[in-house]
Amino acid sequence: MSITDLTLYQQAILLLAGLILLTSFLMLGQTRLLRLIVIFAIQGCLLAAATALAAGVLAYPHLYISAILTLVLKGIVIPMLLYRLTHRMGLHRHMDTIDHPTLGMMGGIGLVVFSYYVSLPVVATSTLVTLNAIAVSLSVVLISMLLMINRRQAVAHVVGFMSIENGLFFAAVVSTYGMPMVVELGVAFDVLVAAVVFGVFFFQIRASIDSLNVDRLNTLHETEK
Amino acid sequence: MTAVYLILTTPLIGMILLAFRGDRPSAGTINAWLNLLAFAEALWLAGDVFRHGPKLSPDRLLLIDPFNVYLVVLTTFVGLTTSLFSKAYMEHEREIGRVTSRRLRLYYAMYQGFMLTMYLVLTTNNMGVLWVAMEGATLATVLLVSLYRTPESVEAAWKYFILCGVGIAQALFGTVLLYFAAEQKLGVGGDGLLWTVLHENAAVLDPAILALAFVFLLVGYGTKIGLVPLHNWLPDAHSEGPTPMSAILSGLLLNDALYAVVRCKMLVDGSLGTHMAGTLMMGFGLLSFLVAALLLHRQTDIKRLFSYSSIEHMGLMTFAFGVGSPWATFAALFHMTTHSLTKSAIFVTVGHASQLAGTQRMERIRGLILTQPTIGWGLLIGTVAIAGFPPFGVFASEFLVLVATMHDYPWLTPLLLLGIGLAFAGLFRHLQSMVYGDVPEGQKPIPVKLWPVMLHLAIVLWLGLSIPGFLGDWFNQATQLISGALPQ
Repeated sequence: MSITDLTLYQQAILLLAGLILLTSFLMLGQTRLLRLIVIFAIQGCLLAAATALAAGVLAYPHLYISAILTLVLKGIVIPMLLYRLTHRMGLHRHMDTIDHPTLGMMGGIGLVVFSYYVSLPVVATSTLVTLNAIAVSLSVVLISMLLMINRRQAVAHVVGFMSIENGLFFAAVVSTYGMPMVVELGVAFDVLVAAVVFGVFFFQIRASIDSLNVDRLNTLHETEK
Repeated sequence: MTAVYLILTTPLIGMILLAFRGDRPSAGTINAWLNLLAFAEALWLAGDVFRHGPKLSPDRLLLIDPFNVYLVVLTTFVGLTTSLFSKAYMEHEREIGRVTSRRLRLYYAMYQGFMLTMYLVLTTNNMGVLWVAMEGATLATVLLVSLYRTPESVEAAWKYFILCGVGIAQALFGTVLLYFAAEQKLGVGGDGLLWTVLHENAAVLDPAILALAFVFLLVGYGTKIGLVPLHNWLPDAHSEGPTPMSAILSGLLLNDALYAVVRCKMLVDGSLGTHMAGTLMMGFGLLSFLVAALLLHRQTDIKRLFSYSSIEHMGLMTFAFGVGSPWATFAALFHMTTHSLTKSAIFVTVGHASQLAGTQRMERIRGLILTQPTIGWGLLIGTVAIAGFPPFGVFASEFLVLVATMHDYPWLTPLLLLGIGLAFAGLFRHLQSMVYGDVPEGQKPIPVKLWPVMLHLAIVLWLGLSIPGFLGDWFNQATQLISGALPQ
């Protein structure tokens, strides 16, 4: 089956899936915090576009609401919040160090392959687009986790955390046409509160270790010496 | 259903009220009254369900059945007794200047907020709302872990937030997969996440997708249960936050996360018809049980010690639910109750003990029984109970788990016995010198309110001697619901 056999909508979703995955890789390799946040905002906008597309083409009007929620929260509010906090913390010129950038990228590729492998049971029951969507969203989740492992800056951790939610949302939009409204609203509320709590934490962490390098948060151990 | 709505609105109103009034001297009392109200409502609900059977709200968003109604009663009860302790504890913390009035407002508001999320986790019928409430529980408690603003507590809170947040995101992915499987068979619509609908149609759902979903759900909610290797946040969060928080985290949050996993298991079992979900739970449970029992030996902080003991017991329960036979399920439900009551009582006593000694380091807590016999004896009896000595309830439930395992998986019994022995030694090697030992100079008794502890331990003792009829009935009904048969 070639890609031209698919409907235009499916092709567009596949394109967006590809772009979202690309933004994940860009984030994985990005050392400057501000650029990281910008890429994260772009990912949020792509996600909102995918949601709006699904809402329009498949005629699920409730998806428009979640498209707007996604655009406002993930595309604008949270990136703005992070952007301003980064400036206020004086980290806007900061270069985060990444241990083994090449290995990180290879790891990301491995995770994509792994995600496709894990999603194989789904293909037996569904279409090519759904398989791609689920595999891509799982990849985004796993790559974001890799990003969090690879970084030391608390800001980068928050971006990774929020990007995980982006991946999950993409899966929900493409494979199940969004979650029920009450769940969407609840998740959006949780994400918003989480963003605020993260902001509070930046100040608490800086007050306690005088930096946002979370590698220095290392006093608590499994077994004490 | 009125009672359910009341149980959900009471903490909501309380949260808003205490966000403004939490710094008044009366805040602790208001908090306790709110929890008493919730407990009374839970009893009303329980009586209702006992007489008229399971209930589903008209919009099908809330579900009360024998499995969750007893957990609602247990949650409100532990919430109530802990709030009584928290009143005295927070007053002491305010007097010694560890908390400001702003932080007190945050503390009391979030206490109620946490209770709200717990009730929502238990009573909701929607798997998505369950996830939202579970994440809400993290958000409500994370700022309380860093309440004292020490570097350690900020670190613990950060770890808790990141690990639980990332962990529980996996559960959301599992929930999406669940919904996906449901929509394929039931059509597009809002019903595909309702637990009752999923449970009725479990047999037609695609097994491959459900198996995949369960792995994610188990990892996600398992992080919150504190299953090894996802347990790192738990001892940190328990040891660095205020002690009443440790008591309700250990006594309630872990239980409710396990509740979520068992609900998922019921769906997956119906679809797969194999023991895959149970085997996974047994593996994770047994690993947690053994690793935590070993780590007990290496602790120096008294609250960390009992956090590892919580991981150990949660591991045992996960294992028992995984075994899945009626007896094992009955034992797991029973163990949930006894552990919850005993562990929250221990944390309350530990809180008093560390206030008395002015430290949480075990090497400097000495001579409790000589300075203040109630605290010393409370800690001693609590530890005896949690280590699984007869005649306490924990012994009875652990014994039932052993018997059930011996029946289905005899080759695993030695491992369980080994774990129980290790845990016993791990607890007592530290306890001996803290309870007895010489009194350090200048250690004076402090005002305490220990009757909630005594009440908990008395109930656990009673449960160890005989399970009252109504409770036995509940356990039986819940067992039948979960495992499909009555324990014979």
